[in-house]
Amino acid sequence: MATLEQALVISNEQMAADLYELEMIAPQVASLCKPGQFLQVRMDVNHDPLLRRPISVYDVDQDRGTITLLYKVVGRGTNLLTTVKSQESLDIMGPLGNGFGLPAQPVRAVLVGGGVGIAPLLYLARRLLAMQSEVTVLYGAGNRRELVAAQRFENIGAQVLTATLDGSEGFQGLVTELLTAQIKPEETDCIYTCGPEIMMAAVAAFAVRHQIVGECSLEENMACAVGACLGCARKLKSTDTHYVKVCKDGPVFSLQGIELYNGGVS
Amino acid sequence: MNRDHSEDQASINLSVNLGGIMMKNPVAVASGTFGYGFEYADFIDSRTIGAVIVKGTTLEARPGNLPPRITETPAGMLNAIGLENPGVEVFLQEYLPALREQGVTVIANIAGNSLEDYAQMAARLEGHTGIAGIELNISCPNVKQGGLQFGTDPHMVQNVVAAVKAESSLPVMPKLSPNVTDIVAIAKAAQAGGADALSMINTLLGMAIDVRTRRPVLGNVFGGLSGPAIKPVALRMIYQVYREVNLPILGGGGIMNPTDALEFIMAGASAVSIGTGIFVNPRLAADIAAGMEQYLRDNDLQDISQLVGAAVNR
Repeated sequence: MATLEQALVISNEQMAADLYELEMIAPQVASLCKPGQFLQVRMDVNHDPLLRRPISVYDVDQDRGTITLLYKVVGRGTNLLTTVKSQESLDIMGPLGNGFGLPAQPVRAVLVGGGVGIAPLLYLARRLLAMQSEVTVLYGAGNRRELVAAQRFENIGAQVLTATLDGSEGFQGLVTELLTAQIKPEETDCIYTCGPEIMMAAVAAFAVRHQIVGECSLEENMACAVGACLGCARKLKSTDTHYVKVCKDGPVFSLQGIELYNGGVS
Repeated sequence: MNRDHSEDQASINLSVNLGGIMMKNPVAVASGTFGYGFEYADFIDSRTIGAVIVKGTTLEARPGNLPPRITETPAGMLNAIGLENPGVEVFLQEYLPALREQGVTVIANIAGNSLEDYAQMAARLEGHTGIAGIELNISCPNVKQGGLQFGTDPHMVQNVVAAVKAESSLPVMPKLSPNVTDIVAIAKAAQAGGADALSMINTLLGMAIDVRTRRPVLGNVFGGLSGPAIKPVALRMIYQVYREVNLPILGGGGIMNPTDALEFIMAGASAVSIGTGIFVNPRLAADIAAGMEQYLRDNDLQDISQLVGAAVNR
Protein backbone atom coordinates (compact mmCIF):
# COMPACT_ATOMS: atom_id res chain seq x y z
CA MET A 1 0.00 0.00 0.00
CA ALA A 2 1.34 3.39 -1.01
CA THR A 3 -0.02 6.88 -1.46
CA LEU A 4 0.76 10.39 -2.63
CA GLU A 5 1.21 13.01 0.05
CA GLN A 6 2.21 16.65 0.33
CA ALA A 7 4.66 16.46 3.22
CA LEU A 8 5.46 19.47 5.36
CA VAL A 9 9.20 19.87 5.76
CA ILE A 10 10.35 20.44 9.34
CA SER A 11 14.07 20.64 8.69
CA ASN A 12 16.60 20.02 5.93
CA GLU A 13 20.10 20.22 7.35
CA GLN A 14 23.55 19.69 5.98
CA MET A 15 25.26 17.00 8.07
CA ALA A 16 28.54 16.68 6.14
CA ALA A 17 29.98 17.92 2.86
CA ASP A 18 27.36 16.24 0.66
CA LEU A 19 25.06 14.58 3.21
CA TYR A 20 21.72 16.09 4.24
CA GLU A 21 19.05 15.05 6.69
CA LEU A 22 15.47 16.04 5.89
CA GLU A 23 12.64 15.61 8.35
CA MET A 24 9.02 16.04 7.32
CA ILE A 25 5.50 15.56 8.56
CA ALA A 26 3.77 12.97 6.38
CA PRO A 27 1.38 11.01 8.57
CA GLN A 28 -0.23 8.96 5.80
CA VAL A 29 3.01 7.69 4.30
CA ALA A 30 4.64 7.36 7.74
CA SER A 31 1.84 5.06 8.92
CA LEU A 32 2.54 2.71 6.00
CA CYS A 33 6.35 2.59 6.11
CA LYS A 34 8.27 -0.62 6.69
CA PRO A 35 12.07 -0.67 7.12
CA GLY A 36 13.91 -0.77 3.81
CA GLN A 37 11.18 0.89 1.77
CA PHE A 38 11.73 4.09 -0.16
CA LEU A 39 9.93 7.21 -1.32
CA GLN A 40 9.73 8.79 -4.75
CA VAL A 41 10.40 12.46 -4.10
CA ARG A 42 9.48 15.11 -6.63
CA MET A 43 12.39 17.48 -7.08
CA ASP A 44 10.86 20.24 -9.13
CA VAL A 45 7.36 21.48 -9.83
CA ASN A 46 8.45 22.31 -13.37
CA HIS A 47 9.70 19.64 -15.73
CA ASP A 48 13.41 19.74 -15.28
CA PRO A 49 14.68 17.62 -13.63
CA LEU A 50 11.66 15.62 -14.70
CA LEU A 51 11.58 12.37 -12.77
CA ARG A 52 11.09 11.78 -9.08
CA ARG A 53 14.10 10.51 -7.14
CA PRO A 54 13.99 7.30 -5.11
CA ILE A 55 15.26 7.95 -1.57
CA SER A 56 15.36 5.43 1.27
CA VAL A 57 13.40 5.98 4.43
CA TYR A 58 15.96 6.70 7.16
CA ASP A 59 13.67 6.89 10.15
CA VAL A 60 9.97 7.00 10.97
CA ASP A 61 8.17 8.28 14.02
CA GLN A 62 4.70 6.78 13.81
CA ASP A 63 3.42 8.77 16.79
CA ARG A 64 4.47 12.13 15.39
CA GLY A 65 3.71 11.12 11.81
CA THR A 66 7.19 12.09 10.66
CA ILE A 67 9.65 10.61 8.19
CA THR A 68 13.35 11.39 8.05
CA LEU A 69 15.51 11.00 4.95
CA LEU A 70 19.30 10.93 4.84
CA TYR A 71 20.41 11.76 1.32
CA LYS A 72 23.60 12.37 -0.57
CA VAL A 73 23.91 15.09 -3.19
CA VAL A 74 24.82 13.26 -6.37
CA GLY A 75 23.33 15.38 -9.15
CA ARG A 76 20.85 18.04 -10.16
CA GLY A 77 17.88 16.45 -8.46
CA THR A 78 19.39 15.99 -5.03
CA ASN A 79 21.11 19.36 -5.37
CA LEU A 80 17.70 20.96 -5.79
CA LEU A 81 16.41 19.05 -2.77
CA THR A 82 18.97 20.83 -0.57
CA THR A 83 17.21 24.13 -1.31
CA VAL A 84 13.92 23.00 0.25
CA LYS A 85 13.29 24.94 3.44
CA SER A 86 11.45 24.34 6.67
CA GLN A 87 7.67 24.86 6.32
CA GLU A 88 7.77 24.19 2.59
CA SER A 89 5.92 21.24 1.15
CA LEU A 90 7.43 18.22 -0.56
CA ASP A 91 5.52 16.00 -2.99
CA ILE A 92 6.21 12.41 -1.98
CA MET A 93 4.96 9.04 -3.22
CA GLY A 94 5.35 5.96 -1.10
CA PRO A 95 6.26 3.89 0.69
CA LEU A 96 7.53 1.80 -2.23
CA GLY A 97 9.41 -1.46 -2.62
CA ASN A 98 9.39 -4.62 -0.54
CA GLY A 99 11.49 -3.58 2.48
CA PHE A 100 13.59 -5.78 4.71
CA GLY A 101 12.24 -9.05 6.03
CA LEU A 102 11.76 -8.83 9.81
CA PRO A 103 12.36 -12.00 11.82
CA ALA A 104 9.50 -13.52 13.82
CA GLN A 105 11.69 -14.00 16.90
CA PRO A 106 14.39 -11.81 18.48
CA VAL A 107 17.70 -12.28 16.67
CA ARG A 108 21.35 -11.31 16.88
CA ALA A 109 21.56 -9.08 13.83
CA VAL A 110 24.57 -7.48 12.17
CA LEU A 111 23.90 -4.42 10.02
CA VAL A 112 26.62 -3.31 7.61
CA GLY A 113 26.28 0.14 6.09
CA GLY A 114 28.63 2.08 3.84
CA GLY A 115 28.33 5.84 3.29
CA VAL A 116 24.79 7.01 2.65
CA GLY A 117 23.87 3.32 2.42
CA ILE A 118 23.54 3.46 6.19
CA ALA A 119 20.17 5.22 5.69
CA PRO A 120 17.71 2.31 5.38
CA LEU A 121 19.39 0.48 8.26
CA LEU A 122 18.37 2.98 10.96
CA TYR A 123 14.64 2.32 10.91
CA LEU A 124 15.45 -1.37 10.56
CA ALA A 125 17.61 -1.20 13.70
CA ARG A 126 14.83 0.61 15.53
CA ARG A 127 12.32 -2.10 14.66
CA LEU A 128 14.72 -4.96 15.45
CA LEU A 129 15.56 -3.43 18.83
CA ALA A 130 11.88 -2.91 19.58
CA MET A 131 11.42 -6.68 19.32
CA GLN A 132 14.33 -7.31 21.74
CA SER A 133 16.88 -8.21 19.07
CA GLU A 134 20.58 -7.52 19.53
CA VAL A 135 21.80 -5.11 16.88
CA THR A 136 25.43 -4.56 15.97
CA VAL A 137 26.02 -1.89 13.35
CA LEU A 138 29.20 -1.81 11.28
CA TYR A 139 29.37 1.62 9.77
CA GLY A 140 31.95 2.63 7.19
CA ALA A 141 32.72 6.02 5.68
CA GLY A 142 35.59 8.01 4.21
CA ASN A 143 36.29 9.95 7.37
CA ARG A 144 34.81 10.74 10.78
CA ARG A 145 32.80 13.75 9.58
CA GLU A 146 30.87 11.49 7.23
CA LEU A 147 29.77 9.19 10.06
CA VAL A 148 26.65 11.30 10.48
CA ALA A 149 24.35 8.46 11.53
CA ALA A 150 26.48 6.89 14.28
CA GLN A 151 24.95 8.85 17.13
CA ARG A 152 21.41 8.01 16.06
CA PHE A 153 22.12 4.28 16.17
CA GLU A 154 23.71 4.63 19.61
CA ASN A 155 20.74 6.64 20.84
CA ILE A 156 18.33 3.81 20.11
CA GLY A 157 20.54 1.19 21.75
CA ALA A 158 22.50 -0.40 18.93
CA GLN A 159 26.15 -1.29 19.33
CA VAL A 160 28.09 0.70 16.73
CA LEU A 161 31.51 -0.16 15.31
CA THR A 162 32.93 2.33 12.85
CA ALA A 163 35.49 2.16 10.09
CA THR A 164 36.99 5.07 8.20
CA LEU A 165 39.28 4.96 5.20
CA ASP A 166 41.53 7.66 6.66
CA GLY A 167 41.45 6.24 10.18
CA SER A 168 40.07 9.46 11.66
CA GLU A 169 37.64 7.38 13.68
CA GLY A 170 37.32 3.71 14.59
CA PHE A 171 38.95 1.00 12.52
CA GLN A 172 41.17 2.25 9.72
CA GLY A 173 40.15 0.53 6.51
CA LEU A 174 37.12 -1.03 4.91
CA VAL A 175 34.00 -1.80 6.88
CA THR A 176 34.10 -5.29 5.38
CA GLU A 177 37.54 -5.82 6.95
CA LEU A 178 35.95 -4.82 10.24
CA LEU A 179 33.24 -7.39 9.57
CA THR A 180 35.66 -10.29 9.14
CA ALA A 181 37.84 -9.12 12.04
CA GLN A 182 35.13 -8.43 14.62
CA ILE A 183 32.01 -10.44 13.91
CA LYS A 184 31.75 -13.99 15.16
CA PRO A 185 29.64 -15.91 12.64
CA GLU A 186 28.48 -18.41 15.25
CA GLU A 187 26.98 -15.53 17.25
CA THR A 188 25.23 -13.96 14.28
CA ASP A 189 21.72 -14.96 13.17
CA CYS A 190 21.29 -12.60 10.25
CA ILE A 191 23.00 -9.83 8.30
CA TYR A 192 21.49 -6.79 6.61
CA THR A 193 23.53 -4.52 4.35
CA CYS A 194 23.29 -1.42 2.20
CA GLY A 195 26.05 0.59 0.55
CA PRO A 196 28.36 0.45 -2.45
CA GLU A 197 27.73 -2.76 -4.37
CA ILE A 198 31.35 -3.85 -4.09
CA MET A 199 31.01 -3.58 -0.30
CA MET A 200 27.77 -5.56 -0.27
CA ALA A 201 29.44 -8.22 -2.44
CA ALA A 202 32.03 -8.76 0.31
CA VAL A 203 29.27 -8.90 2.94
CA ALA A 204 27.39 -11.42 0.81
CA ALA A 205 30.53 -13.55 0.47
CA PHE A 206 30.91 -13.53 4.27
CA ALA A 207 27.25 -14.45 4.78
CA VAL A 208 27.34 -17.26 2.23
CA ARG A 209 30.66 -18.59 3.56
CA HIS A 210 29.27 -18.80 7.09
CA GLN A 211 25.74 -19.78 6.07
CA ILE A 212 24.17 -16.75 7.69
CA VAL A 213 20.92 -15.53 6.15
CA GLY A 214 20.89 -11.95 5.07
CA GLU A 215 19.54 -9.22 2.84
CA CYS A 216 20.93 -6.34 0.83
CA SER A 217 19.28 -3.19 -0.47
CA LEU A 218 20.09 -2.16 -4.04
CA GLU A 219 20.00 1.15 -5.82
CA GLU A 220 18.93 1.79 -9.40
CA ASN A 221 17.72 4.65 -11.56
CA MET A 222 13.93 4.49 -11.72
CA ALA A 223 11.07 6.14 -13.56
CA CYS A 224 7.74 4.76 -12.31
CA ALA A 225 9.02 2.93 -9.16
CA VAL A 226 5.89 0.73 -9.09
CA GLY A 227 6.88 -2.02 -11.54
CA ALA A 228 5.12 -0.58 -14.59
CA CYS A 229 7.86 0.87 -16.79
CA LEU A 230 10.36 -1.99 -16.39
CA GLY A 231 13.21 0.54 -16.42
CA CYS A 232 15.12 -0.61 -13.33
CA ALA A 233 15.80 -4.12 -14.57
CA ARG A 234 18.65 -6.30 -13.37
CA LYS A 235 19.50 -9.98 -13.36
CA LEU A 236 19.94 -11.59 -9.95
CA LYS A 237 22.40 -14.06 -11.47
CA SER A 238 24.30 -13.59 -14.71
CA THR A 239 22.90 -16.88 -16.01
CA ASP A 240 19.30 -15.77 -15.44
CA THR A 241 17.17 -15.01 -18.48
CA HIS A 242 14.62 -13.08 -16.43
CA TYR A 243 15.15 -9.52 -15.20
CA VAL A 244 13.86 -8.52 -11.78
CA LYS A 245 12.71 -4.95 -11.15
CA VAL A 246 14.62 -3.26 -8.36
CA CYS A 247 11.65 -0.99 -7.55
CA LYS A 248 9.03 -3.66 -7.04
CA ASP A 249 10.81 -7.00 -6.59
CA GLY A 250 13.34 -5.10 -4.42
CA PRO A 251 15.05 -2.93 -3.48
CA VAL A 252 15.79 -5.62 -0.87
CA PHE A 253 17.08 -8.98 -2.09
CA SER A 254 18.38 -12.06 -0.34
CA LEU A 255 22.18 -12.16 -0.04
CA GLN A 256 22.01 -15.85 -0.89
CA GLY A 257 20.17 -15.38 -4.17
CA ILE A 258 22.12 -12.62 -5.87
CA GLU A 259 25.41 -12.04 -7.63
CA LEU A 260 26.71 -8.62 -6.70
CA TYR A 261 29.42 -6.74 -8.56
CA ASN A 262 32.57 -7.49 -6.61
CA GLY A 263 35.05 -5.46 -8.61
CA GLY A 264 36.14 -8.42 -10.70
CA VAL A 265 37.57 -10.53 -7.86
CA SER A 266 36.84 -14.22 -8.34
CA MET B 1 -25.35 17.73 -4.21
CA ASN B 2 -28.31 19.85 -5.26
CA ARG B 3 -30.27 19.20 -8.41
CA ASP B 4 -29.11 22.21 -10.37
CA HIS B 5 -25.54 21.21 -9.79
CA SER B 6 -26.08 17.64 -10.95
CA GLU B 7 -27.80 18.85 -14.09
CA ASP B 8 -24.85 21.11 -14.70
CA GLN B 9 -22.51 18.11 -14.34
CA ALA B 10 -24.58 16.08 -16.76
CA SER B 11 -24.40 18.74 -19.43
CA ILE B 12 -20.70 18.18 -20.07
CA ASN B 13 -19.78 15.30 -22.38
CA LEU B 14 -16.22 14.03 -22.17
CA SER B 15 -16.83 10.67 -23.82
CA VAL B 16 -15.09 9.97 -27.10
CA ASN B 17 -15.64 7.51 -29.92
CA LEU B 18 -12.13 6.97 -31.16
CA GLY B 19 -12.72 5.14 -34.41
CA GLY B 20 -14.99 2.66 -32.67
CA ILE B 21 -13.08 2.58 -29.38
CA MET B 22 -15.54 3.95 -26.85
CA MET B 23 -13.78 5.99 -24.17
CA LYS B 24 -15.57 7.42 -21.12
CA ASN B 25 -13.20 10.37 -21.18
CA PRO B 26 -10.51 11.53 -23.60
CA VAL B 27 -7.49 10.37 -21.57
CA ALA B 28 -5.64 7.15 -22.32
CA VAL B 29 -2.54 5.89 -20.57
CA ALA B 30 0.18 4.99 -23.06
CA SER B 31 1.50 1.51 -23.61
CA GLY B 32 4.54 0.65 -21.53
CA THR B 33 4.01 3.41 -19.00
CA PHE B 34 1.20 1.88 -16.97
CA GLY B 35 1.93 -1.85 -17.08
CA TYR B 36 -1.44 -3.58 -17.00
CA GLY B 37 -2.99 -1.02 -14.63
CA PHE B 38 -2.61 -3.13 -11.49
CA GLU B 39 0.78 -1.59 -10.77
CA TYR B 40 -0.83 1.82 -10.13
CA ALA B 41 -3.85 0.53 -8.20
CA ASP B 42 -2.78 2.34 -5.01
CA PHE B 43 -2.93 5.67 -6.82
CA ILE B 44 -5.72 5.54 -9.39
CA ASP B 45 -8.69 3.35 -10.28
CA SER B 46 -8.09 2.09 -13.83
CA ARG B 47 -11.86 2.01 -14.44
CA THR B 48 -11.93 5.80 -14.34
CA ILE B 49 -9.37 6.11 -17.14
CA GLY B 50 -10.57 6.66 -20.73
CA ALA B 51 -8.48 3.72 -21.92
CA VAL B 52 -5.62 1.67 -20.55
CA ILE B 53 -3.27 0.75 -23.37
CA VAL B 54 -1.46 -2.22 -21.92
CA LYS B 55 2.21 -3.09 -22.29
CA GLY B 56 3.29 -4.05 -25.81
CA THR B 57 2.62 -7.74 -26.28
CA THR B 58 4.28 -10.25 -28.58
CA LEU B 59 3.51 -13.86 -29.51
CA GLU B 60 6.31 -15.18 -27.30
CA ALA B 61 7.61 -13.80 -24.03
CA ARG B 62 10.51 -11.37 -24.41
CA PRO B 63 13.17 -10.73 -21.75
CA GLY B 64 13.79 -7.12 -22.76
CA ASN B 65 17.03 -5.21 -23.25
CA LEU B 66 20.25 -5.18 -21.32
CA PRO B 67 20.27 -2.47 -18.61
CA PRO B 68 20.63 0.43 -18.16
CA ARG B 69 17.25 0.86 -19.78
CA ILE B 70 16.37 4.42 -18.82
CA THR B 71 18.10 7.73 -18.28
CA GLU B 72 16.86 11.22 -17.61
CA THR B 73 17.51 13.97 -20.15
CA PRO B 74 16.63 17.69 -20.12
CA ALA B 75 12.84 17.83 -19.57
CA GLY B 76 12.59 14.24 -20.72
CA MET B 77 13.86 10.73 -20.52
CA LEU B 78 15.22 8.03 -22.77
CA ASN B 79 14.04 4.46 -22.54
CA ALA B 80 15.11 1.25 -24.20
CA ILE B 81 13.06 -1.40 -22.43
CA GLY B 82 13.02 -3.72 -25.44
CA LEU B 83 9.39 -4.86 -25.26
CA GLU B 84 9.84 -7.01 -22.17
CA ASN B 85 6.53 -8.85 -21.85
CA PRO B 86 5.24 -12.27 -20.83
CA GLY B 87 3.75 -13.08 -24.23
CA VAL B 88 0.19 -13.04 -25.53
CA GLU B 89 -0.94 -16.25 -23.79
CA VAL B 90 -0.13 -14.89 -20.33
CA PHE B 91 -1.85 -11.64 -21.25
CA LEU B 92 -5.00 -13.47 -22.35
CA GLN B 93 -5.08 -15.97 -19.50
CA GLU B 94 -3.92 -13.88 -16.54
CA TYR B 95 -4.21 -10.16 -17.14
CA LEU B 96 -7.16 -9.72 -19.48
CA PRO B 97 -9.68 -11.64 -17.32
CA ALA B 98 -8.80 -9.49 -14.30
CA LEU B 99 -9.06 -6.29 -16.32
CA ARG B 100 -12.36 -7.42 -17.82
CA GLU B 101 -13.76 -8.25 -14.41
CA GLN B 102 -12.84 -4.77 -13.17
CA GLY B 103 -14.47 -3.12 -16.15
CA VAL B 104 -11.35 -1.41 -17.46
CA THR B 105 -11.39 -0.08 -21.02
CA VAL B 106 -8.46 -2.04 -22.45
CA ILE B 107 -6.59 -1.36 -25.65
CA ALA B 108 -4.17 -4.16 -26.52
CA ASN B 109 -0.81 -3.10 -27.95
CA ILE B 110 0.71 -5.66 -30.27
CA ALA B 111 4.18 -5.95 -31.74
CA GLY B 112 6.10 -8.42 -33.85
CA ASN B 113 9.07 -9.06 -36.08
CA SER B 114 7.16 -9.79 -39.27
CA LEU B 115 3.86 -9.17 -41.02
CA GLU B 116 2.85 -12.70 -40.05
CA ASP B 117 3.56 -12.01 -36.37
CA TYR B 118 1.18 -9.04 -36.38
CA ALA B 119 -1.51 -10.98 -38.23
CA GLN B 120 -1.14 -13.93 -35.87
CA MET B 121 -1.31 -11.65 -32.84
CA ALA B 122 -4.52 -10.05 -34.14
CA ALA B 123 -6.02 -13.48 -34.78
CA ARG B 124 -5.07 -14.64 -31.29
CA LEU B 125 -6.87 -11.67 -29.71
CA GLU B 126 -9.99 -12.22 -31.81
CA GLY B 127 -13.02 -13.43 -29.89
CA HIS B 128 -11.77 -12.40 -26.45
CA THR B 129 -14.15 -10.00 -24.80
CA GLY B 130 -12.81 -7.05 -22.87
CA ILE B 131 -10.56 -5.63 -25.58
CA ALA B 132 -11.86 -2.32 -26.92
CA GLY B 133 -9.31 -2.01 -29.69
CA ILE B 134 -5.85 -2.81 -30.93
CA GLU B 135 -2.93 -0.42 -31.02
CA LEU B 136 -0.29 -1.53 -33.50
CA ASN B 137 3.22 -0.94 -32.29
CA ILE B 138 4.93 -0.28 -35.59
CA SER B 139 7.21 2.34 -34.13
CA CYS B 140 9.17 0.92 -31.22
CA PRO B 141 12.73 2.17 -31.63
CA ASN B 142 14.17 -0.30 -29.15
CA VAL B 143 13.96 -3.70 -30.74
CA LYS B 144 16.38 -5.06 -33.29
CA GLN B 145 13.76 -6.41 -35.66
CA GLY B 146 10.30 -5.13 -36.36
CA GLY B 147 9.05 -2.08 -34.58
CA LEU B 148 10.57 0.98 -36.09
CA GLN B 149 11.21 -0.26 -39.63
CA PHE B 150 7.55 -1.15 -39.99
CA GLY B 151 6.62 2.37 -39.13
CA THR B 152 8.97 4.31 -41.36
CA ASP B 153 8.04 2.86 -44.77
CA PRO B 154 4.56 3.79 -46.06
CA HIS B 155 4.15 0.49 -47.95
CA MET B 156 5.01 -1.52 -44.87
CA VAL B 157 2.60 0.55 -42.79
CA GLN B 158 -0.23 -0.05 -45.23
CA ASN B 159 0.53 -3.76 -45.42
CA VAL B 160 0.77 -4.35 -41.69
CA VAL B 161 -2.45 -2.44 -40.98
CA ALA B 162 -4.26 -4.36 -43.73
CA ALA B 163 -2.91 -7.68 -42.45
CA VAL B 164 -4.19 -6.97 -38.96
CA LYS B 165 -7.54 -5.66 -40.20
CA ALA B 166 -8.00 -8.88 -42.15
CA GLU B 167 -7.69 -10.89 -38.93
CA SER B 168 -9.56 -8.65 -36.53
CA SER B 169 -13.03 -7.33 -35.95
CA LEU B 170 -11.70 -4.78 -33.46
CA PRO B 171 -10.88 -1.14 -34.17
CA VAL B 172 -7.23 -0.96 -35.26
CA MET B 173 -5.04 2.01 -34.43
CA PRO B 174 -1.41 2.04 -35.57
CA LYS B 175 1.00 4.01 -33.38
CA LEU B 176 3.01 6.20 -35.69
CA SER B 177 6.71 6.84 -35.39
CA PRO B 178 7.92 10.44 -35.40
CA ASN B 179 11.25 9.26 -36.83
CA VAL B 180 10.18 9.98 -40.39
CA THR B 181 10.50 12.83 -42.86
CA ASP B 182 6.87 12.90 -43.94
CA ILE B 183 4.40 11.93 -41.22
CA VAL B 184 1.42 12.68 -43.47
CA ALA B 185 2.53 10.06 -46.01
CA ILE B 186 2.70 7.48 -43.21
CA ALA B 187 -0.72 8.48 -41.88
CA LYS B 188 -2.25 8.23 -45.36
CA ALA B 189 -0.71 4.79 -45.80
CA ALA B 190 -2.26 3.68 -42.51
CA GLN B 191 -5.61 4.97 -43.70
CA ALA B 192 -5.22 3.12 -47.00
CA GLY B 193 -4.54 -0.05 -45.00
CA GLY B 194 -7.85 0.41 -43.22
CA ALA B 195 -6.84 2.00 -39.92
CA ASP B 196 -9.76 3.11 -37.74
CA ALA B 197 -7.73 5.66 -35.79
CA LEU B 198 -4.15 6.88 -35.44
CA SER B 199 -2.05 6.94 -32.30
CA MET B 200 0.74 9.49 -32.37
CA ILE B 201 3.45 9.94 -31.53
CA ASN B 202 5.80 7.26 -30.30
CA THR B 203 9.19 8.27 -28.90
CA LEU B 204 11.91 10.09 -30.82
CA LEU B 205 15.07 8.10 -31.36
CA GLY B 206 17.89 9.47 -29.24
CA MET B 207 20.90 8.63 -27.12
CA ALA B 208 22.98 9.78 -24.16
CA ILE B 209 26.70 9.41 -23.44
CA ASP B 210 28.47 9.08 -20.10
CA VAL B 211 31.69 11.13 -20.26
CA ARG B 212 33.22 9.27 -17.29
CA THR B 213 32.96 5.86 -18.94
CA ARG B 214 33.07 7.30 -22.48
CA ARG B 215 30.28 4.91 -23.36
CA PRO B 216 26.62 5.26 -24.32
CA VAL B 217 24.46 5.34 -21.18
CA LEU B 218 21.84 2.88 -22.38
CA GLY B 219 22.57 -0.82 -22.74
CA ASN B 220 20.81 -0.67 -26.10
CA VAL B 221 22.86 2.44 -27.12
CA PHE B 222 19.78 4.14 -28.61
CA GLY B 223 16.53 4.79 -26.84
CA GLY B 224 13.22 6.56 -27.24
CA LEU B 225 12.95 10.14 -26.03
CA SER B 226 9.74 11.08 -24.24
CA GLY B 227 8.48 13.77 -21.90
CA PRO B 228 7.92 17.53 -22.26
CA ALA B 229 11.00 17.82 -24.50
CA ILE B 230 9.08 16.23 -27.40
CA LYS B 231 5.77 18.05 -26.99
CA PRO B 232 6.30 20.63 -29.76
CA VAL B 233 7.24 17.88 -32.24
CA ALA B 234 4.16 15.85 -31.34
CA LEU B 235 1.84 18.85 -31.67
CA ARG B 236 3.25 19.75 -35.06
CA MET B 237 2.84 16.22 -36.41
CA ILE B 238 -0.73 15.88 -35.14
CA TYR B 239 -1.61 19.27 -36.63
CA GLN B 240 -0.19 18.18 -40.01
CA VAL B 241 -2.00 14.86 -40.03
CA TYR B 242 -5.30 16.31 -38.83
CA ARG B 243 -5.26 18.73 -41.74
CA GLU B 244 -4.90 16.02 -44.36
CA VAL B 245 -6.17 12.73 -43.02
CA ASN B 246 -9.74 12.13 -41.94
CA LEU B 247 -9.16 9.71 -39.06
CA PRO B 248 -9.55 10.26 -35.33
CA ILE B 249 -6.22 10.80 -33.60
CA LEU B 250 -5.08 9.71 -30.15
CA GLY B 251 -2.46 12.39 -29.51
CA GLY B 252 0.33 12.46 -27.01
CA GLY B 253 3.93 13.36 -26.38
CA GLY B 254 5.06 15.02 -23.16
CA ILE B 255 1.63 15.86 -21.74
CA MET B 256 2.08 16.89 -18.11
CA ASN B 257 -1.13 18.76 -17.26
CA PRO B 258 -4.62 19.64 -18.55
CA THR B 259 -3.35 22.63 -20.53
CA ASP B 260 -0.92 20.43 -22.46
CA ALA B 261 -3.75 18.00 -23.15
CA LEU B 262 -6.01 20.75 -24.46
CA GLU B 263 -3.25 21.84 -26.83
CA PHE B 264 -3.27 18.35 -28.34
CA ILE B 265 -7.05 18.41 -28.71
CA MET B 266 -6.85 21.81 -30.40
CA ALA B 267 -4.12 20.49 -32.72
CA GLY B 268 -6.56 17.83 -33.90
CA ALA B 269 -6.46 14.96 -31.44
CA SER B 270 -9.84 13.48 -30.49
CA ALA B 271 -8.32 12.07 -27.31
CA VAL B 272 -4.94 12.21 -25.61
CA SER B 273 -2.44 9.71 -24.28
CA ILE B 274 -0.19 10.30 -21.31
CA GLY B 275 2.91 8.35 -20.41
CA THR B 276 6.04 9.84 -18.93
CA GLY B 277 3.89 12.34 -17.01
CA ILE B 278 2.38 9.43 -15.06
CA PHE B 279 5.79 8.74 -13.52
CA VAL B 280 5.76 12.25 -12.09
CA ASN B 281 2.07 12.27 -11.17
CA PRO B 282 0.42 8.84 -10.94
CA ARG B 283 -2.98 10.54 -10.79
CA LEU B 284 -2.38 12.53 -13.97
CA ALA B 285 -5.16 10.81 -15.96
CA ALA B 286 -7.78 11.89 -13.42
CA ASP B 287 -6.31 15.38 -13.10
CA ILE B 288 -6.41 15.90 -16.87
CA ALA B 289 -9.99 14.66 -17.25
CA ALA B 290 -11.05 17.01 -14.45
CA GLY B 291 -9.09 19.91 -15.95
CA MET B 292 -10.68 19.37 -19.37
CA GLU B 293 -14.13 19.31 -17.86
CA GLN B 294 -13.41 22.53 -16.02
CA TYR B 295 -12.17 24.17 -19.22
CA LEU B 296 -15.38 23.21 -21.04
CA ARG B 297 -17.46 24.55 -18.17
CA ASP B 298 -15.50 27.81 -18.01
CA ASN B 299 -15.94 28.32 -21.74
CA ASP B 300 -19.62 27.36 -21.96
CA LEU B 301 -18.90 24.30 -24.06
CA GLN B 302 -20.74 21.01 -23.68
CA ASP B 303 -18.64 18.47 -25.54
CA ILE B 304 -14.92 17.93 -25.85
CA SER B 305 -15.41 17.30 -29.57
CA GLN B 306 -16.14 21.01 -29.97
CA LEU B 307 -12.45 21.69 -29.36
CA VAL B 308 -10.95 19.07 -31.64
CA GLY B 309 -8.79 20.83 -34.21
CA ALA B 310 -9.80 24.26 -32.90
CA ALA B 311 -6.32 25.63 -33.62
CA VAL B 312 -6.06 24.10 -37.08
CA ASN B 313 -6.48 26.04 -40.27
CA ARG B 314 -7.82 23.30 -42.53
